[in-house]
Amino acid sequence: MIAALRARDERTFEQLMRMYNASLLRVALIYVASRAVAEDVVQETWIGVLNGIDRFEGRSSLKTWIFRILTNIAKTRGQREGRTVPFSALERPDAVPEAAVEADRFLPPDHERWPGHWASRPEPWPEERLLAAETRAVVEDAIDRLPPAQRAVISLRDIEGWSSDETRNALGVSETNQRVLLHRARSKVRQALEDYFSEAE
Amino acid sequence: MSVSVEQLSCQELVELVTSYLEGALTPDERASFEHHIETCMGCHEYVRQMRTTIELTGRLTTSDVSPEAEAKLLTVFRNWKLPR
Repeated sequence: MIAALRARDERTFEQLMRMYNASLLRVALIYVASRAVAEDVVQETWIGVLNGIDRFEGRSSLKTWIFRILTNIAKTRGQREGRTVPFSALERPDAVPEAAVEADRFLPPDHERWPGHWASRPEPWPEERLLAAETRAVVEDAIDRLPPAQRAVISLRDIEGWSSDETRNALGVSETNQRVLLHRARSKVRQALEDYFSEAE
Repeated sequence: MSVSVEQLSCQELVELVTSYLEGALTPDERASFEHHIETCMGCHEYVRQMRTTIELTGRLTTSDVSPEAEAKLLTVFRNWKLPR
């Protein structure tokens, strides 16, 4: 692919674009506020890729390299917009604690017999509704509502099917932080599904 | 309820699910996690729901990029291609 791109093969460029554009956009949205700016960032990224491909040494994968270019451009744009919050979202996601399940679902820590045990246990979900279009919409909507860093991680891992290494390299985060972000994202999507199934019953 | 279930509370277990699925628990933590879900119906169901959640998320497809954005990028590519 690298060779084909260096040979200015348009098909290869198209292919790469289709493969990564959506993910690039999601990652850009960690750093910049609007979709319009994020789209700009993605375009600048491709210009950077084209301008740099002849000098690309293959020390990282092409994918990682492309996402590094994106991250640098997006960070610069984000700083210009005065956004600093996103960095802590990636570098110190633990700074703000977040429970996977609300504390009131469990018995209190001073409960005499079962401290921290389920007070209201998760009920099995209706199998026949799992694949319904409405359920799909609930998942999509829950992902859309996630903070950008969590949304990017769950999209790369669970929609795109990237490995944890690929994901943390693309985002430039530690393995632990990648996992924290993934955990929070998945926990919220699960909660959205649980809410949906329990209200509909 | 066995003693081990008390060692790792349900509230603690739900925070370990992703580490468990990612294979990031120590052997001891893993053993106590697995023992817990074998004996606790609530947590057993919880882990199952997390797996279902992952599966359902995996069925989503990447949103397509607008044709305009794609066309714009191809123009960028063609301009880049010209002067070597």
